[in-house]
Amino acid sequence: MDLTPIWLTLKLAGITTLLLLIIGLPFAWWLSRGRSFFKIMIETIITMPLVLPPSVLGFYLLLAFSPQHGVGKWLQEVFNVQFVFSFQGLVLASVLYSVPFMVGPVKSALQQLPPALAEASYTLGKTEWQTFRYVLLPNIKPSLLTATVLTFAHTLGEFGVVLMIGGNIPGITRVASIAVYDSVERQDYAMANNYSLILFAITFVLVITVFVFNKYQAKSPLE
Amino acid sequence: MISIAIEKKLKAYQGQQVLRIERQFAGGSITKIYGPSGSGKTTFLKIIAGLITPERGTIVADGVTWFNAEAGINMPVQKRNTGFVFQQYALFPNMTVKQQLEYATTDELWIKRLLLLGKLDTLHDHKPEHLSGGQQQRLAILRALATKPKVLLMDEPFSALDIKMKTELIAELTIVLKELGTTTLIVSHNPLELEGLTDEEMTFEQ
Repeated sequence: MDLTPIWLTLKLAGITTLLLLIIGLPFAWWLSRGRSFFKIMIETIITMPLVLPPSVLGFYLLLAFSPQHGVGKWLQEVFNVQFVFSFQGLVLASVLYSVPFMVGPVKSALQQLPPALAEASYTLGKTEWQTFRYVLLPNIKPSLLTATVLTFAHTLGEFGVVLMIGGNIPGITRVASIAVYDSVERQDYAMANNYSLILFAITFVLVITVFVFNKYQAKSPLE
Repeated sequence: MISIAIEKKLKAYQGQQVLRIERQFAGGSITKIYGPSGSGKTTFLKIIAGLITPERGTIVADGVTWFNAEAGINMPVQKRNTGFVFQQYALFPNMTVKQQLEYATTDELWIKRLLLLGKLDTLHDHKPEHLSGGQQQRLAILRALATKPKVLLMDEPFSALDIKMKTELIAELTIVLKELGTTTLIVSHNPLELEGLTDEEMTFEQ
């Protein structure tokens, strides 16, 4: 059995989750602070992948990053970078597609913290970044874990968007979900079953870890 | 000396009302503030700390302008060096007693003294969820003192303490506050509370 699609999937999910932790956490914090029409617009756009058919997002990414047009052409000519039918294209698509899974839970958790926690930190002379790092973030650990695991697990299960922008290139863009589809198309049900079982087992372990960890978390006085 | 002349619109149960305060507090003085719920006592403390911005007026502390609406001056809360004791304590659930003080100051000797003052030295490695209401309130007071603030703002700071603990803590606090020269404002719902601690009084009306 060729395990490359599984490794590729895990690599894609790992990189996507890491990038979303770096980008998504400050973004969620920014969204959690106050409301404005601009923020509502931004939140609407990043929530779209939850309701939009993945193929639609993939189609627009394919158009946007096609080496024949606009941004894709510019990236190709200036930086010699191609997002279509490449692993970096999969990463870009996965990051965009999984944004709501990281930002949503973290934003909600931050909004539920009493405002006095941050205020107390400011009166102690701490900056907004120090307050975020040492007071807010450690007090939303369960939500942070949920968001991280959801993002990782969601990336494992991507199909439409990945197929549109990455295609089915073995070793480069052929992730596990596509390998399952490909095996079924070739009527190799045993192989499809192998890939499916591995994906099922990984996601099951991930999700149960979240439930167990959050159950045994010491009860927060904020609850 | 702190000179305050501010105006702030408040959303009250009966509609909108305006909080207007013009008052001076002598340096190192301890003032008791009391008045009915919803009269703007907490808002007033937060305005001084820089957590709420008034619509009009000025706040000047020891000759330094903290706030001037017309001149567009609004010194950030971090630079005002005010200690704040929140009514709901606002302790950080992820930090132990000692860590809450270490977050505010690196002065180990001062931390030691504060822990003794609040009788929390034996509980230094406990997190807030494992402290009683009174212990949490004492920790909130100690944490506000940790930065050796120029101005100390306390919102109902003794409500969860029994009479014996309150009397002992007030006696100790009086010494520390005089030593630091801290100007202190204490909100209390009980006009008879804080006997012997305060020099001045200020009453809020609905």
